[in-house]
Amino acid sequence: MQGLIDALKEDGYRVIGPQVADGAVVYDELESLEQLPLGVIDEQDGGVYRLARRQDAGYFDHVVGPHSLKRYLFPPQETLQQLQLKDGGWRVEPQQFDEPPLAVIGPRSCDLHAMAIQDRVFLEGPYVDPGYRARREGLFVVSVQCRRAAATCFCHSMKTGPRADHGFDLALSELDDCFAIEVGSERGGRILAAVDGWKPGAPTIVDRANDQSSQLERSMEQRSTTEAAPGAPKLRQLDTQDLRDLLLNNLDHPRWEQVADRCLACANCTMVCPTCFCSSVSEVSDLTNEHVRRERTWTSCFTAEHSFLTSGVVRNSTAARYRQWLTHKLSTWIDQFDSSGCVGCGRCITWCPVGIDLTEEVAAIRETTK
Amino acid sequence: MKPNIQVAATVDAANPWATHAVRIRAIEQEVSDVASYELEFEDSAVAERFHFVPGQFNMLYLPGIGESAISISSDPDVPQRLLHTVRAVGSVTRALARKQIGDQLLLRGPFGSAWPVDLFRGQDIVIAAGGLGLAPVRPVIHYIMNRRGEFGKVWLLYGARSPDDLLYTSQYDCWRETDIETHITVDLGDNQWKGNIGVVPSLFERLQLDASLTRVLTCGPEIMMRFVIAECLAQKIDPKHIFVSMERNMNCALGFCGHCQLGPAFVCKDGPVFTYEQMEPYLNVEDF
Amino acid sequence: MSKISEQHATGSTSKPTLAVFKFASCYGCQLSLLDAEDELLAIAHQIEIAYFLEARTRALEGPYDIGLVEGSITTEHDAERIREIRRQCRFLVTIGACATAGGIQALRNWSDVGEFIQQVYATPGYISTLATSTAITDHVPVDFELRGCPINTAQLVELITSLLIGRTPRVPNYSVCIECKLRGTVCVAVAQGISCLGPVTQAGCGAICPSFNRECFGCYGPQELANVTSLCERYEERGEPRDHLVRLVRNFNGYAPAFRAAGDALEEESHG
Ligand SMILES: Cc1cc2nc3c(=O)[nH]c(=O)nc-3n(C[C@H](O)[C@H](O)[C@H](O)COP(=O)(O)OP(=O)(O)OC[C@H]3O[C@@H](n4cnc5c(N)ncnc54)[C@H](O)[C@@H]3O)c2cc1C
Ligand code: SF4
Ligand code: SF4
Ligand code: SF4
Ligand code: SF4
Ligand code: FES
Repeated sequence: MQGLIDALKEDGYRVIGPQVADGAVVYDELESLEQLPLGVIDEQDGGVYRLARRQDAGYFDHVVGPHSLKRYLFPPQETLQQLQLKDGGWRVEPQQFDEPPLAVIGPRSCDLHAMAIQDRVFLEGPYVDPGYRARREGLFVVSVQCRRAAATCFCHSMKTGPRADHGFDLALSELDDCFAIEVGSERGGRILAAVDGWKPGAPTIVDRANDQSSQLERSMEQRSTTEAAPGAPKLRQLDTQDLRDLLLNNLDHPRWEQVADRCLACANCTMVCPTCFCSSVSEVSDLTNEHVRRERTWTSCFTAEHSFLTSGVVRNSTAARYRQWLTHKLSTWIDQFDSSGCVGCGRCITWCPVGIDLTEEVAAIRETTK
Repeated sequence: MKPNIQVAATVDAANPWATHAVRIRAIEQEVSDVASYELEFEDSAVAERFHFVPGQFNMLYLPGIGESAISISSDPDVPQRLLHTVRAVGSVTRALARKQIGDQLLLRGPFGSAWPVDLFRGQDIVIAAGGLGLAPVRPVIHYIMNRRGEFGKVWLLYGARSPDDLLYTSQYDCWRETDIETHITVDLGDNQWKGNIGVVPSLFERLQLDASLTRVLTCGPEIMMRFVIAECLAQKIDPKHIFVSMERNMNCALGFCGHCQLGPAFVCKDGPVFTYEQMEPYLNVEDF
Repeated sequence: MSKISEQHATGSTSKPTLAVFKFASCYGCQLSLLDAEDELLAIAHQIEIAYFLEARTRALEGPYDIGLVEGSITTEHDAERIREIRRQCRFLVTIGACATAGGIQALRNWSDVGEFIQQVYATPGYISTLATSTAITDHVPVDFELRGCPINTAQLVELITSLLIGRTPRVPNYSVCIECKLRGTVCVAVAQGISCLGPVTQAGCGAICPSFNRECFGCYGPQELANVTSLCERYEERGEPRDHLVRLVRNFNGYAPAFRAAGDALEEESHG
């Protein structure tokens, strides 16, 4: 592992990886192996996230935390343009994208699917976002194969995991005595070759890694239908059959008002969601307005500003905003980008302060619809 | 909702945030809070590349104040004479209202879908506009006038709150002369007003429409468009043949910011012009 | 929002004028205004600043383009004064929790004023007090509210800059949670079980408290669609004692409608 971190640094990457801070596993600058959350697992449920120590836990037995790749590819706040007023005309300063390329260790299968979804938004439409592209092209992904799932995970329903099979440069499987590493790209191979002390393992190691993934997959299916232990939360699942139409045919369902009684319109779900891409562009200037910076900041359909028209806010209630979030994620996203906007990572469930669970909301609507 | 989106020659698909500098060549005060601005590109090479289709809009940018989506209201066959008609309602549009001839603004565009008039040859056309909604359809009127013989009957139904709010009043005669049957109405008349009083949808009564041949374009407040649509449906016009122009908050015009979503549609790139067939499931849903 | 710059554009050569008016406020607000003075001085070449400190009684030399009002209305004299100020100011901005929601003085709205005065002042006979401490908006129309206890001076400067330039100020009315997420703070409510008011509180501070592993105390008042009841129910289910919650929502902005209603409801439930 340390060899890998060093090889990436050697190659000019800024390395980011999981570590414990403020009671969670977050992404931060990674210097050494010691910083990784060895022996730590995260227990997650609606509105609850707790770290626990576990004897047999490895470096990567936590699952997804509050951060995701989105922070790095589509940063929360970014300068789009800088302009300077000169002799009655505006001069646009050329935009520089000269941050060092980034290597992120730790994204899971669902995270890679989420990244592919954001690629569709920022790269694969008629227009390309230059900042996103610069960061994306520089990104080196060292994915991690899950061998544990939190109760909030439902990648098995969304067909986005648990095993990562593409979209990475390298993929790590943590085995009890070693790491198995899969190469996903040419530069992944190049970095791996430069890792000190790395040697190709026996084919059995690959089998063990694969077994581990399929074992998890089977247990996820099982845990989503039966309780693991009395009182322990069941693993989430989402029935995706005809889901697009289910929601769009129920735009006036009473459930929207019911969930609005609980929903805080706080936007945490959209902020932590690795696929949500909404942003606002605003002007930052000094008092003379001769130097202007256009800043892009994350926003959410839970805000008034999102649907603001001078004539009024289009979605002016919590019910209308929750409906926008859920129908966008699970229905209209399919029309827009040919896939669901949800990868089943469960972040929105965990980080909702009142534990609103989209799988439950969908099930409630399904139950009352023929 | 993924039509083939054509990137305009003046928009760099790889850096779509880039703006062009334009100068205000002329300003015409239309009604009390509405003015038309004629804009001229500083860079003549850009001016030459600039083309638009009726229904498209530009993002007008006043640095330090903000950016607004504004429809192009001039003749698509004369793209060098670029006009926008703007109502001063908030910060950007009011700041624009304070600008003078010769002042500079920045512009990105054109963006968005078209009123597909080029497909309407040989057909009858009803244009139903309310208030400022006449601005985005004016390019259609120009387009038809430039090749009037290629279309069947053409009606323009236009209404505003009061006679003082009517746009482009000096043009009506010219439109009528080109055989565009122009009906004007106001919600509230005044002493001098001798014309119709009533809302735009009520003008439909007097039209003899051939439902299979008629194409309807409507632009204005959502509530007005809903009633226009109801009239059209009552006359058995196919929802595929009714075109509406939608408005939502816009922060990018590129499909990045998410603000302009209306169900599956991004108004900025899939719209602003849609068929009623596309909008039907959402147009009547409250707060959607 | 462009009132001021419109006047600017119509050829008036004099600088826009700004006046600051103080009413009863807590220590925090006064400090923050002192803080803001530096920033205000920095923009003094664009704007004429006329300070009216609490103690002064001289007649107002209005009118002013922008009036900043700090503090809340507690006496009959205050109530008259604010009406006169409103007449003198084209654009009236209340700053701080005291001015916008009645502030921490508003706590006296829940207690017996007479008793309160006896505790605080040696000679109660000289004090004439309205029965309550009320927000400026309860007395006159206000053009803009700058929230916070204390206010964020960056927001104040943004507001003045925006007024001068004619743009909509970037003063969002969404939740503190959004600011937490922008800066990457781990949610203290979810990861540590702390009862945080962030989800129902308006942003503006930059989510400072959660970044120090503390709960949000609601300094910026309720966010646009604050659902305080749902949040409190959740915290109570999780084991937060009700009286803690009542105290939490009755903090600096306890008199703001959404917080007031929730606080009263919680209290009623526990008594009833
Ligand atoms: C496709 C399209 C075409 C349009 N064509 C015209 C036109 O030809 N003439 C005209 O006068 N107006 C037109 N509008 C409306 C115009 O965009 C808004 O009136 C304008 O953005 C208001 O900006 P403001 O800063 O002056 O108002 P504020 O009230 O200060 O609004 C603040 C911000 O909210 C957003 N916003 C507010 N209202 C609207 C709105 N109705 N539509 C989109 N964004 C909004 C903008 O980002 C704006 O900068 C069009 C809108 C759309 C979507
Ligand atoms: S909607 Fe929720 S579960 Fe789905 S990708 Fe977003 S955060 Fe994850
Ligand atoms: S509209 Fe809402 S759900 Fe959709 S991407 Fe934006 S924030 Fe996420
Ligand atoms: S669903 Fe939860 S996280 Fe999302 S806005 Fe509502 S309360 Fe906040
Ligand atoms: S710490 Fe408080 S303010 Fe921050 S996200 Fe959590 S609940 Fe919201
Ligand atoms: S305006 Fe930004 S996505 Fe349409």
